Amino acid sequence: MGMTIAEKIIALAAGADQVKAGDIHTVNLDRMMSNDGTTHLTVDMYHSKLNTPRVADPKKVVFIVDHNVPSDSPKTAAAQKKMRDFAKEHGIDFWEGEGVCHQVMMERYVCPGELIFGADSHTCTYGALGAFGTGVGCTDLLYGMVTGSSWVLVPETIKFNLTGSLPQGVYPRDLMLTIIGQIGAGGASYQVMEFCGDGAKTLSVEDRMVLCNLAVEAGAKTAIFEPDEIALKWLTDRGRRPKAVFKSDEDARYVKEYTFDLDKIVPVAARPDFVDDVVPAVQVCGVRIDEAFLGSCNNGRIDDLRVGAAVVKGRRISDHVRFLVVPASRQVYLQALEEGLIDTFMESGAIVMNPNCSVCWGSCQGVIGENEVLISTGTRNFKGRAGHPSSKVYLGSAATVAASAVKGEICTADML
Amino acid sequence: MSVGKIFKFHNDLDTDQIIASQYLLLPTIDEMKVHAFESLDPEFPVKVKPGDFVVGGENFGCGSSREQAPGVLKALGVQAVVAKSFARIFYRNAINIGLPVIVCRQLPDAVETGDEMDLSLTDGTATAGGETFSCTKLPPYMKKILSQGGLIASLNREEV
Repeated sequence: MGMTIAEKIIALAAGADQVKAGDIHTVNLDRMMSNDGTTHLTVDMYHSKLNTPRVADPKKVVFIVDHNVPSDSPKTAAAQKKMRDFAKEHGIDFWEGEGVCHQVMMERYVCPGELIFGADSHTCTYGALGAFGTGVGCTDLLYGMVTGSSWVLVPETIKFNLTGSLPQGVYPRDLMLTIIGQIGAGGASYQVMEFCGDGAKTLSVEDRMVLCNLAVEAGAKTAIFEPDEIALKWLTDRGRRPKAVFKSDEDARYVKEYTFDLDKIVPVAARPDFVDDVVPAVQVCGVRIDEAFLGSCNNGRIDDLRVGAAVVKGRRISDHVRFLVVPASRQVYLQALEEGLIDTFMESGAIVMNPNCSVCWGSCQGVIGENEVLISTGTRNFKGRAGHPSSKVYLGSAATVAASAVKGEICTADML
Repeated sequence: MSVGKIFKFHNDLDTDQIIASQYLLLPTIDEMKVHAFESLDPEFPVKVKPGDFVVGGENFGCGSSREQAPGVLKALGVQAVVAKSFARIFYRNAINIGLPVIVCRQLPDAVETGDEMDLSLTDGTATAGGETFSCTKLPPYMKKILSQGGLIASLNREEV
Protein backbone atom coordinates (compact mmCIF):
# COMPACT_ATOMS: atom_id res chain seq x y z
CA MET A 1 0.00 0.00 0.00
CA GLY A 2 1.26 3.48 -0.85
CA MET A 3 1.84 6.23 1.65
CA THR A 4 0.92 9.91 1.87
CA ILE A 5 3.55 12.65 2.31
CA ALA A 6 2.77 12.81 6.03
CA GLU A 7 3.16 9.04 6.42
CA LYS A 8 6.49 9.11 4.56
CA ILE A 9 7.84 11.84 6.85
CA ILE A 10 6.84 9.86 9.93
CA ALA A 11 8.30 6.64 8.46
CA LEU A 12 11.63 8.36 7.83
CA ALA A 13 11.67 9.84 11.34
CA ALA A 14 10.77 6.45 12.82
CA GLY A 15 13.31 4.51 10.76
CA ALA A 16 10.47 2.35 9.39
CA ASP A 17 9.85 1.21 5.81
CA GLN A 18 6.12 1.56 6.14
CA VAL A 19 3.72 3.23 8.57
CA LYS A 20 -0.05 3.37 8.50
CA ALA A 21 -2.72 5.51 10.11
CA GLY A 22 -3.46 4.43 13.68
CA ASP A 23 0.06 3.09 14.39
CA ILE A 24 2.05 4.63 17.23
CA HIS A 25 5.74 5.16 16.47
CA THR A 26 8.74 6.52 18.30
CA VAL A 27 10.26 9.20 16.09
CA ASN A 28 13.42 11.29 16.04
CA LEU A 29 12.51 14.97 15.97
CA ASP A 30 14.27 17.17 13.43
CA ARG A 31 13.46 20.40 15.26
CA MET A 32 11.66 21.77 18.28
CA MET A 33 10.37 25.30 18.72
CA SER A 34 9.15 26.93 21.90
CA ASN A 35 7.92 30.48 22.55
CA ASP A 36 7.26 32.64 25.59
CA GLY A 37 3.68 31.36 25.94
CA THR A 38 4.91 28.27 27.82
CA THR A 39 8.72 28.04 27.89
CA HIS A 40 8.99 29.33 31.47
CA LEU A 41 7.04 26.24 32.56
CA THR A 42 9.25 23.97 30.42
CA VAL A 43 12.36 25.43 32.07
CA ASP A 44 10.83 25.04 35.55
CA MET A 45 10.00 21.40 34.84
CA TYR A 46 13.50 20.85 33.45
CA HIS A 47 14.98 21.95 36.76
CA SER A 48 12.44 20.42 39.14
CA LYS A 49 11.06 17.23 37.57
CA LEU A 50 13.84 15.45 35.69
CA ASN A 51 16.04 12.74 37.16
CA THR A 52 18.70 13.44 34.54
CA PRO A 53 18.39 16.97 33.16
CA ARG A 54 20.04 17.33 29.73
CA VAL A 55 19.39 18.65 26.22
CA ALA A 56 19.90 15.93 23.62
CA ASP A 57 20.89 18.30 20.79
CA PRO A 58 20.64 22.06 21.36
CA LYS A 59 21.04 22.66 17.60
CA LYS A 60 17.58 21.17 17.06
CA VAL A 61 15.91 23.54 19.51
CA VAL A 62 14.82 27.13 18.86
CA PHE A 63 13.41 29.53 21.47
CA ILE A 64 11.47 32.54 20.21
CA VAL A 65 10.04 35.34 22.35
CA ASP A 66 7.07 36.62 20.33
CA HIS A 67 3.91 36.63 22.43
CA ASN A 68 4.55 39.55 24.80
CA VAL A 69 7.15 41.70 23.02
CA PRO A 70 8.35 43.93 24.49
CA SER A 71 7.51 42.65 27.96
CA ASP A 72 4.44 44.24 29.54
CA SER A 73 5.06 43.53 33.24
CA PRO A 74 7.73 42.43 35.72
CA LYS A 75 6.18 38.93 35.73
CA THR A 76 6.44 38.66 31.96
CA ALA A 77 10.00 39.95 32.12
CA ALA A 78 10.86 37.28 34.68
CA ALA A 79 9.31 34.52 32.54
CA GLN A 80 11.23 35.70 29.48
CA LYS A 81 14.49 36.01 31.41
CA LYS A 82 14.15 32.38 32.45
CA MET A 83 13.91 31.46 28.78
CA ARG A 84 16.78 33.72 27.69
CA ASP A 85 19.12 32.41 30.40
CA PHE A 86 18.31 28.77 29.63
CA ALA A 87 18.93 29.28 25.91
CA LYS A 88 22.28 30.92 26.61
CA GLU A 89 23.34 28.24 29.08
CA HIS A 90 22.54 25.40 26.67
CA GLY A 91 23.55 26.99 23.36
CA ILE A 92 19.99 27.09 22.01
CA ASP A 93 19.16 29.53 19.19
CA PHE A 94 17.25 32.42 20.73
CA TRP A 95 15.24 35.15 19.01
CA GLU A 96 13.56 38.11 20.57
CA GLY A 97 11.78 40.86 18.65
CA GLU A 98 12.55 39.04 15.40
CA GLY A 99 8.95 38.15 14.65
CA VAL A 100 6.13 35.72 15.24
CA CYS A 101 7.62 32.28 15.90
CA HIS A 102 6.21 30.49 12.83
CA GLN A 103 7.28 33.26 10.49
CA VAL A 104 10.81 33.17 11.94
CA MET A 105 10.89 29.36 11.68
CA MET A 106 9.83 29.50 8.03
CA GLU A 107 12.31 32.25 7.19
CA ARG A 108 15.26 30.54 8.87
CA TYR A 109 14.83 26.86 9.68
CA VAL A 110 12.02 24.70 8.24
CA CYS A 111 12.99 22.27 5.47
CA PRO A 112 10.86 19.82 3.44
CA GLY A 113 10.65 16.33 4.93
CA GLU A 114 11.33 17.41 8.51
CA LEU A 115 9.27 16.37 11.52
CA ILE A 116 8.94 19.36 13.81
CA PHE A 117 7.29 19.79 17.21
CA GLY A 118 6.38 23.31 18.26
CA ALA A 119 4.91 24.34 21.59
CA ASP A 120 2.30 26.38 19.76
CA SER A 121 -0.80 25.14 17.99
CA HIS A 122 -0.04 26.92 14.70
CA THR A 123 3.11 24.88 14.13
CA CYS A 124 1.12 23.23 11.33
CA THR A 125 2.22 26.25 9.22
CA TYR A 126 5.39 24.37 8.20
CA GLY A 127 3.44 22.14 5.82
CA ALA A 128 3.69 24.99 3.32
CA LEU A 129 7.22 23.72 2.68
CA GLY A 130 6.33 20.03 2.86
CA ALA A 131 7.40 19.59 6.48
CA PHE A 132 5.32 17.86 9.17
CA GLY A 133 4.91 20.48 11.89
CA THR A 134 2.56 19.88 14.78
CA GLY A 135 1.62 21.71 17.96
CA VAL A 136 2.37 20.19 21.35
CA GLY A 137 2.35 21.26 24.98
CA CYS A 138 5.35 22.07 27.16
CA THR A 139 5.66 18.55 28.61
CA ASP A 140 5.97 17.06 25.12
CA LEU A 141 8.45 19.78 24.22
CA LEU A 142 10.51 19.02 27.31
CA TYR A 143 10.51 15.28 26.60
CA GLY A 144 11.61 15.97 23.02
CA MET A 145 14.32 18.36 24.14
CA VAL A 146 15.70 15.85 26.66
CA THR A 147 15.53 12.70 24.53
CA GLY A 148 15.56 14.05 20.96
CA SER A 149 12.56 11.85 20.28
CA SER A 150 8.86 11.48 20.94
CA TRP A 151 5.84 9.33 20.11
CA VAL A 152 3.46 9.97 17.26
CA LEU A 153 0.11 8.43 16.44
CA VAL A 154 0.10 8.25 12.64
CA PRO A 155 -2.87 10.36 11.52
CA GLU A 156 -5.25 9.70 8.67
CA THR A 157 -5.04 12.12 5.74
CA ILE A 158 -7.83 14.08 4.04
CA LYS A 159 -7.17 15.20 0.47
CA PHE A 160 -8.18 18.74 -0.51
CA ASN A 161 -8.14 18.99 -4.25
CA LEU A 162 -7.90 22.66 -5.24
CA THR A 163 -8.96 23.68 -8.75
CA GLY A 164 -8.92 27.01 -10.61
CA SER A 165 -7.44 30.20 -9.21
CA LEU A 166 -8.61 32.85 -6.75
CA PRO A 167 -10.44 35.81 -8.32
CA GLN A 168 -9.13 39.37 -7.97
CA GLY A 169 -9.86 40.70 -4.48
CA VAL A 170 -10.15 37.24 -2.94
CA TYR A 171 -7.31 35.85 -0.87
CA PRO A 172 -5.98 32.55 0.51
CA ARG A 173 -7.41 33.58 3.88
CA ASP A 174 -10.90 33.70 2.35
CA LEU A 175 -10.28 30.24 0.91
CA MET A 176 -9.12 28.71 4.19
CA LEU A 177 -11.90 30.28 6.25
CA THR A 178 -14.36 28.94 3.65
CA ILE A 179 -12.89 25.45 3.99
CA ILE A 180 -13.05 25.60 7.81
CA GLY A 181 -16.62 26.91 7.63
CA GLN A 182 -17.58 23.95 5.50
CA ILE A 183 -15.85 21.12 7.38
CA GLY A 184 -16.23 22.60 10.89
CA ALA A 185 -13.95 23.20 13.89
CA GLY A 186 -13.50 19.45 14.34
CA GLY A 187 -13.75 18.59 10.64
CA ALA A 188 -10.15 17.40 10.37
CA SER A 189 -9.70 16.33 13.98
CA TYR A 190 -6.51 14.25 14.51
CA GLN A 191 -6.04 14.23 10.70
CA VAL A 192 -3.71 15.71 8.10
CA MET A 193 -5.10 18.17 5.54
CA GLU A 194 -3.17 17.57 2.32
CA PHE A 195 -3.64 20.28 -0.31
CA CYS A 196 -3.06 19.37 -3.94
CA GLY A 197 -4.35 19.91 -7.48
CA ASP A 198 -3.86 22.57 -10.13
CA GLY A 199 -5.18 25.25 -7.78
CA ALA A 200 -2.32 24.51 -5.36
CA LYS A 201 0.16 25.39 -8.11
CA THR A 202 -1.30 28.91 -8.28
CA LEU A 203 -0.37 29.52 -4.64
CA SER A 204 2.97 30.92 -3.44
CA VAL A 205 4.71 29.54 -0.35
CA GLU A 206 3.31 32.51 1.61
CA ASP A 207 -0.21 31.67 0.36
CA ARG A 208 0.29 28.05 1.39
CA MET A 209 1.36 29.22 4.85
CA VAL A 210 -2.02 30.94 5.23
CA LEU A 211 -3.81 27.66 4.49
CA CYS A 212 -1.59 25.40 6.59
CA ASN A 213 -1.46 27.81 9.53
CA LEU A 214 -5.23 27.73 10.08
CA ALA A 215 -5.54 23.93 9.72
CA VAL A 216 -5.55 23.55 13.50
CA GLU A 217 -8.77 25.60 13.54
CA ALA A 218 -10.36 22.58 11.83
CA GLY A 219 -8.75 20.31 14.44
CA ALA A 220 -6.00 19.03 12.13
CA LYS A 221 -2.76 17.56 13.43
CA THR A 222 -1.05 19.24 10.54
CA ALA A 223 -1.52 20.36 6.94
CA ILE A 224 0.82 19.79 4.04
CA PHE A 225 1.61 20.68 0.45
CA GLU A 226 3.88 18.60 -1.77
CA PRO A 227 7.20 20.46 -1.92
CA ASP A 228 7.11 21.31 -5.65
CA GLU A 229 9.38 23.54 -7.72
CA ILE A 230 7.77 26.66 -6.15
CA ALA A 231 8.63 25.47 -2.64
CA LEU A 232 12.10 24.23 -3.57
CA LYS A 233 12.98 27.52 -5.27
CA TRP A 234 11.78 29.43 -2.19
CA LEU A 235 14.03 27.21 -0.06
CA THR A 236 17.05 27.50 -2.34
CA ASP A 237 16.67 31.29 -2.45
CA ARG A 238 17.17 31.22 1.32
CA GLY A 239 20.21 28.98 1.13
CA ARG A 240 18.62 25.85 2.56
CA ARG A 241 18.27 22.28 1.32
CA PRO A 242 15.48 19.77 1.86
CA LYS A 243 15.80 16.83 4.22
CA ALA A 244 13.59 14.83 1.86
CA VAL A 245 11.20 15.66 -0.98
CA PHE A 246 8.16 13.42 -0.73
CA LYS A 247 5.10 12.99 -2.95
CA SER A 248 2.03 11.02 -1.98
CA ASP A 249 1.83 7.67 -3.79
CA GLU A 250 -0.92 7.05 -6.34
CA ASP A 251 -2.36 4.32 -4.13
CA ALA A 252 -1.96 6.22 -0.85
CA ARG A 253 -4.99 5.98 1.42
CA TYR A 254 -7.13 9.07 2.05
CA VAL A 255 -9.92 8.91 4.58
CA LYS A 256 -11.91 11.57 2.71
CA GLU A 257 -11.59 13.86 -0.31
CA TYR A 258 -12.91 17.35 -0.92
CA THR A 259 -12.70 19.56 -3.98
CA PHE A 260 -12.69 23.35 -3.74
CA ASP A 261 -12.97 25.50 -6.85
CA LEU A 262 -10.90 28.62 -6.15
CA ASP A 263 -12.77 30.61 -8.81
CA LYS A 264 -15.93 30.35 -6.70
CA ILE A 265 -14.47 31.66 -3.44
CA VAL A 266 -15.73 35.07 -2.24
CA PRO A 267 -14.57 37.39 0.58
CA VAL A 268 -15.75 35.85 3.84
CA ALA A 269 -15.76 36.63 7.56
CA ALA A 270 -15.82 34.37 10.62
CA ARG A 271 -18.30 35.66 13.18
CA PRO A 272 -17.72 35.68 16.94
CA ASP A 273 -16.98 33.37 18.81
CA PHE A 274 -16.11 30.46 16.51
CA VAL A 275 -13.66 30.22 13.61
CA ASP A 276 -16.00 27.89 11.72
CA ASP A 277 -18.93 30.34 11.83
CA VAL A 278 -18.07 31.62 8.36
CA VAL A 279 -20.36 33.71 6.16
CA PRO A 280 -19.87 35.81 3.01
CA ALA A 281 -18.40 39.11 4.24
CA VAL A 282 -21.34 41.04 2.79
CA GLN A 283 -23.55 39.46 5.45
CA VAL A 284 -21.71 41.22 8.26
CA CYS A 285 -21.16 44.54 6.51
CA GLY A 286 -22.32 47.48 8.61
CA VAL A 287 -21.18 46.09 11.98
CA ARG A 288 -19.53 49.03 13.77
CA ILE A 289 -15.95 48.33 14.85
CA ASP A 290 -13.64 49.84 17.46
CA GLU A 291 -10.39 48.28 16.34
CA ALA A 292 -8.86 46.59 13.30
CA PHE A 293 -5.78 44.37 13.29
CA LEU A 294 -3.54 43.52 10.36
CA GLY A 295 -0.87 41.04 11.41
CA SER A 296 -0.25 37.57 12.95
CA CYS A 297 1.36 34.31 11.84
CA ASN A 298 -1.62 33.87 9.56
CA ASN A 299 -1.72 37.19 7.74
CA GLY A 300 1.11 39.56 8.66
CA ARG A 301 3.41 38.92 5.70
CA ILE A 302 4.53 41.30 2.99
CA ASP A 303 1.69 40.26 0.63
CA ASP A 304 -0.86 41.11 3.31
CA LEU A 305 0.75 44.47 4.09
CA ARG A 306 0.76 45.29 0.37
CA VAL A 307 -2.94 44.49 0.14
CA GLY A 308 -3.74 46.52 3.27
CA ALA A 309 -1.61 49.49 2.18
CA ALA A 310 -3.23 49.58 -1.27
CA VAL A 311 -6.64 49.84 0.41
CA VAL A 312 -5.75 52.67 2.84
CA LYS A 313 -3.50 54.64 0.46
CA GLY A 314 -4.79 58.21 0.15
CA ARG A 315 -7.50 57.52 2.74
CA ARG A 316 -7.89 58.17 6.48
CA ILE A 317 -8.63 55.58 9.13
CA SER A 318 -12.03 56.21 10.71
CA ASP A 319 -11.97 58.56 13.73
CA HIS A 320 -13.39 55.95 16.06
CA VAL A 321 -11.08 53.08 14.98
CA ARG A 322 -7.62 52.07 16.18
CA PHE A 323 -5.95 50.32 13.26
CA LEU A 324 -3.01 48.16 14.40
CA VAL A 325 -0.53 47.09 11.74
CA VAL A 326 1.97 44.49 12.92
CA PRO A 327 4.46 43.01 10.44
CA ALA A 328 5.01 39.29 11.16
CA SER A 329 8.79 39.60 11.26
CA ARG A 330 11.75 41.95 11.07
CA GLN A 331 12.32 40.86 7.46
CA VAL A 332 8.72 41.69 6.60
CA TYR A 333 9.01 45.04 8.40
CA LEU A 334 12.20 45.98 6.54
CA GLN A 335 10.67 45.00 3.20
CA ALA A 336 7.57 47.06 3.99
CA LEU A 337 9.78 50.03 4.86
CA GLU A 338 11.63 49.68 1.58
CA GLU A 339 8.39 49.58 -0.38
CA GLY A 340 6.98 52.62 1.42
CA LEU A 341 4.12 50.62 2.93
CA ILE A 342 4.90 51.76 6.46
CA ASP A 343 4.70 55.40 5.29
CA THR A 344 1.31 54.68 3.75
CA PHE A 345 -0.01 53.11 6.95
CA MET A 346 1.37 55.91 9.16
CA GLU A 347 -0.05 58.61 6.89
CA SER A 348 -3.48 56.94 7.00
CA GLY A 349 -3.56 57.13 10.80
CA ALA A 350 -2.70 53.49 11.52
CA ILE A 351 -0.63 52.46 14.56
CA VAL A 352 2.37 50.46 13.33
CA MET A 353 3.81 48.11 15.95
CA ASN A 354 6.93 45.96 16.29
CA PRO A 355 6.75 42.36 15.00
CA ASN A 356 4.98 40.14 17.56
CA CYS A 357 1.73 38.22 18.15
CA SER A 358 0.01 41.42 19.29
CA VAL A 359 -3.76 41.40 19.86
CA CYS A 360 -4.16 38.02 18.12
CA TRP A 361 -3.39 36.48 21.48
CA GLY A 362 -5.07 39.17 23.53
CA SER A 363 -2.64 39.70 26.33
CA CYS A 364 -0.22 42.38 25.22
CA GLN A 365 -0.87 45.08 22.63
CA GLY A 366 -4.23 46.46 21.60
CA VAL A 367 -6.36 44.44 24.02
CA ILE A 368 -10.00 45.48 23.59
CA GLY A 369 -12.45 46.45 26.31
CA GLU A 370 -16.00 45.67 27.35
CA ASN A 371 -18.37 45.16 24.40
CA GLU A 372 -15.79 46.41 21.91
CA VAL A 373 -15.59 44.96 18.40
CA LEU A 374 -12.42 44.00 16.55
CA ILE A 375 -12.00 42.89 12.97
CA SER A 376 -8.82 40.93 12.62
CA THR A 377 -6.51 38.98 10.33
CA GLY A 378 -5.53 36.98 13.43
CA THR A 379 -5.97 33.27 13.89
CA ARG A 380 -8.91 33.09 16.28
CA ASN A 381 -12.11 34.81 17.35
CA PHE A 382 -12.91 32.86 20.51
CA LYS A 383 -14.86 34.53 23.29
CA GLY A 384 -12.56 37.03 25.00
CA ARG A 385 -9.63 36.08 22.78
CA ALA A 386 -8.68 39.72 22.23
CA GLY A 387 -9.55 41.06 25.67
CA HIS A 388 -12.76 41.45 27.68
CA PRO A 389 -15.07 38.38 27.65
CA SER A 390 -17.92 40.54 26.30
CA SER A 391 -15.86 41.85 23.36
CA LYS A 392 -16.30 40.44 19.86
CA VAL A 393 -13.82 39.42 17.18
CA TYR A 394 -14.58 39.03 13.47
CA LEU A 395 -11.98 37.44 11.18
CA GLY A 396 -11.45 38.58 7.61
CA SER A 397 -8.80 39.09 4.93
CA ALA A 398 -6.24 41.91 4.96
CA ALA A 399 -8.34 43.74 2.36
CA THR A 400 -11.54 43.45 4.40
CA VAL A 401 -9.79 44.49 7.61
CA ALA A 402 -8.15 47.55 6.02
CA ALA A 403 -11.37 48.61 4.31
CA SER A 404 -13.30 48.23 7.56
CA ALA A 405 -10.69 50.35 9.37
CA VAL A 406 -11.32 53.16 6.88
CA LYS A 407 -15.09 52.92 6.95
CA GLY A 408 -15.44 52.38 10.71
CA GLU A 409 -17.69 49.41 10.13
CA ILE A 410 -17.19 46.04 8.48
CA CYS A 411 -17.06 46.33 4.70
CA THR A 412 -15.23 44.73 1.80
CA ALA A 413 -12.59 46.65 -0.15
CA ASP A 414 -14.79 47.06 -3.23
CA MET A 415 -17.39 48.90 -1.12
CA LEU A 416 -15.14 51.84 -0.23
CA MET B 1 -11.96 6.81 41.94
CA SER B 2 -15.01 8.16 43.69
CA VAL B 3 -18.21 10.08 43.11
CA GLY B 4 -17.84 13.72 42.07
CA LYS B 5 -19.94 16.59 40.85
CA ILE B 6 -20.23 17.51 37.16
CA PHE B 7 -19.40 20.89 35.60
CA LYS B 8 -20.66 20.80 32.03
CA PHE B 9 -19.49 22.95 29.11
CA HIS B 10 -20.42 23.46 25.47
CA ASN B 11 -19.21 21.97 22.16
CA ASP B 12 -15.93 23.31 20.72
CA LEU B 13 -14.89 24.56 24.15
CA ASP B 14 -11.53 26.23 23.50
CA THR B 15 -8.56 26.42 25.84
CA ASP B 16 -8.77 30.24 26.00
CA GLN B 17 -11.95 29.72 28.06
CA ILE B 18 -10.24 27.26 30.40
CA ILE B 19 -7.43 29.74 31.09
CA ALA B 20 -7.23 33.11 29.35
CA SER B 21 -4.03 34.37 27.69
CA GLN B 22 -3.39 37.15 30.20
CA TYR B 23 -2.72 34.61 32.96
CA LEU B 24 -0.40 32.25 31.06
CA LEU B 25 2.81 33.97 32.04
CA LEU B 26 2.08 33.96 35.75
CA PRO B 27 4.93 32.13 37.49
CA THR B 28 3.07 28.99 38.54
CA ILE B 29 0.01 26.90 37.70
CA ASP B 30 -1.26 27.48 41.26
CA GLU B 31 -1.39 31.23 40.58
CA MET B 32 -3.23 30.59 37.32
CA LYS B 33 -5.80 28.10 38.62
CA VAL B 34 -7.93 30.73 40.39
CA HIS B 35 -8.77 32.10 36.91
CA ALA B 36 -9.97 28.79 35.40
CA PHE B 37 -13.12 29.18 33.28
CA GLU B 38 -13.24 32.86 34.26
CA SER B 39 -15.06 33.99 31.09
CA LEU B 40 -17.82 31.40 31.49
CA ASP B 41 -18.16 30.84 35.23
CA PRO B 42 -15.93 33.05 37.43
CA GLU B 43 -16.98 31.07 40.53
CA PHE B 44 -15.74 27.77 39.07
CA PRO B 45 -12.39 27.69 40.95
CA VAL B 46 -14.25 28.18 44.25
CA LYS B 47 -17.10 25.77 43.51
CA VAL B 48 -15.08 22.88 42.11
CA LYS B 49 -13.90 20.37 44.68
CA PRO B 50 -11.18 17.73 44.38
CA GLY B 51 -12.68 14.69 42.68
CA ASP B 52 -15.21 16.64 40.61
CA PHE B 53 -15.55 16.22 36.84
CA VAL B 54 -15.51 18.49 33.82
CA VAL B 55 -17.85 17.29 31.06
CA GLY B 56 -17.73 18.62 27.52
CA GLY B 57 -19.32 17.99 24.15
CA GLU B 58 -17.57 17.62 20.80
CA ASN B 59 -14.00 18.86 20.19
CA PHE B 60 -13.30 19.70 23.84
CA GLY B 61 -10.12 21.75 24.35
CA CYS B 62 -9.75 23.07 20.82
CA GLY B 63 -7.55 26.04 19.93
CA SER B 64 -4.35 27.02 21.67
CA SER B 65 -1.83 24.35 22.71
CA ARG B 66 -1.41 25.96 26.14
CA GLU B 67 -0.69 23.12 28.56
CA GLN B 68 -1.80 25.47 31.31
CA ALA B 69 -5.39 24.45 30.37
CA PRO B 70 -5.28 20.83 31.53
CA GLY B 71 -2.75 22.05 34.11
CA VAL B 72 -5.17 24.29 36.00
CA LEU B 73 -7.90 21.61 35.92
CA LYS B 74 -5.51 19.09 37.43
CA ALA B 75 -4.30 21.64 40.01
CA LEU B 76 -7.92 22.26 41.07
CA GLY B 77 -8.30 18.52 41.67
CA VAL B 78 -10.54 17.71 38.71
CA GLN B 79 -10.70 13.90 38.62
CA ALA B 80 -11.16 13.57 34.86
CA VAL B 81 -12.54 15.32 31.80
CA VAL B 82 -15.27 13.38 29.99
CA ALA B 83 -16.37 14.52 26.54
CA LYS B 84 -17.88 13.26 23.28
CA SER B 85 -14.59 14.04 21.55
CA PHE B 86 -11.39 15.96 22.25
CA ALA B 87 -9.13 18.28 20.29
CA ARG B 88 -5.85 16.43 19.89
CA ILE B 89 -3.38 18.80 21.56
CA PHE B 90 -5.50 19.12 24.71
CA TYR B 91 -5.94 15.34 24.79
CA ARG B 92 -2.23 14.68 24.46
CA ASN B 93 -1.31 17.37 26.99
CA ALA B 94 -3.76 15.99 29.54
CA ILE B 95 -2.33 12.49 29.29
CA ASN B 96 1.21 13.84 29.44
CA ILE B 97 0.50 15.54 32.78
CA GLY B 98 -1.52 12.63 34.17
CA LEU B 99 -5.05 14.06 33.89
CA PRO B 100 -7.49 11.37 32.68
CA VAL B 101 -9.42 12.34 29.54
CA ILE B 102 -12.28 10.01 28.69
CA VAL B 103 -14.26 9.80 25.47
CA CYS B 104 -17.90 8.96 26.17
CA ARG B 105 -20.38 9.58 23.38
CA GLN B 106 -23.65 9.27 25.32
CA LEU B 107 -23.04 10.68 28.78
CA PRO B 108 -22.65 14.41 28.01
CA ASP B 109 -26.20 14.76 26.65
CA ALA B 110 -27.65 12.90 29.64
CA VAL B 111 -26.18 15.06 32.40
CA GLU B 112 -26.20 18.65 33.63
CA THR B 113 -23.94 20.75 35.82
CA GLY B 114 -24.46 19.73 39.46
CA ASP B 115 -25.26 16.07 38.71
CA GLU B 116 -23.15 13.45 40.41
CA MET B 117 -21.06 10.98 38.49
CA ASP B 118 -18.98 7.91 39.20
CA LEU B 119 -16.16 6.95 36.88
CA SER B 120 -14.41 3.61 36.64
CA LEU B 121 -11.27 3.79 34.53
CA THR B 122 -10.69 0.05 34.86
CA ASP B 123 -14.19 -0.90 33.67
CA GLY B 124 -14.30 1.95 31.19
CA THR B 125 -17.69 3.13 32.45
CA ALA B 126 -19.26 6.32 33.78
CA THR B 127 -22.42 6.28 35.90
CA ALA B 128 -24.75 9.23 36.38
CA GLY B 129 -28.48 9.55 37.12
CA GLY B 130 -28.73 5.79 37.67
CA GLU B 131 -27.52 5.07 34.16
CA THR B 132 -24.18 3.53 33.23
CA PHE B 133 -22.44 4.61 30.04
CA SER B 134 -19.54 2.86 28.37
CA CYS B 135 -16.48 4.91 27.52
CA THR B 136 -13.83 4.43 24.87
CA LYS B 137 -10.79 2.77 26.36
CA LEU B 138 -7.43 4.49 26.08
CA PRO B 139 -4.86 2.89 23.76
CA PRO B 140 -2.40 0.88 25.92
CA TYR B 141 0.48 3.25 25.11
CA MET B 142 -1.36 6.26 26.51
CA LYS B 143 -2.82 4.28 29.39
CA LYS B 144 0.71 3.40 30.46
CA ILE B 145 1.80 7.07 30.46
CA LEU B 146 -1.29 8.00 32.48
CA SER B 147 -0.87 5.19 34.98
CA GLN B 148 2.74 6.21 35.59
CA GLY B 149 1.65 9.74 36.44
CA GLY B 150 2.45 11.39 33.11
CA LEU B 151 5.17 11.58 30.48
CA ILE B 152 8.00 12.99 32.60
CA ALA B 153 7.31 10.55 35.45
CA SER B 154 7.43 7.73 32.91
CA LEU B 155 10.72 9.06 31.50
CA ASN B 156 12.22 9.22 34.99
CA ARG B 157 11.07 5.67 35.64
CA GLU B 158 12.77 4.41 32.46
CA GLU B 159 16.02 5.98 33.58
CA VAL B 160 16.13 4.54 37.11
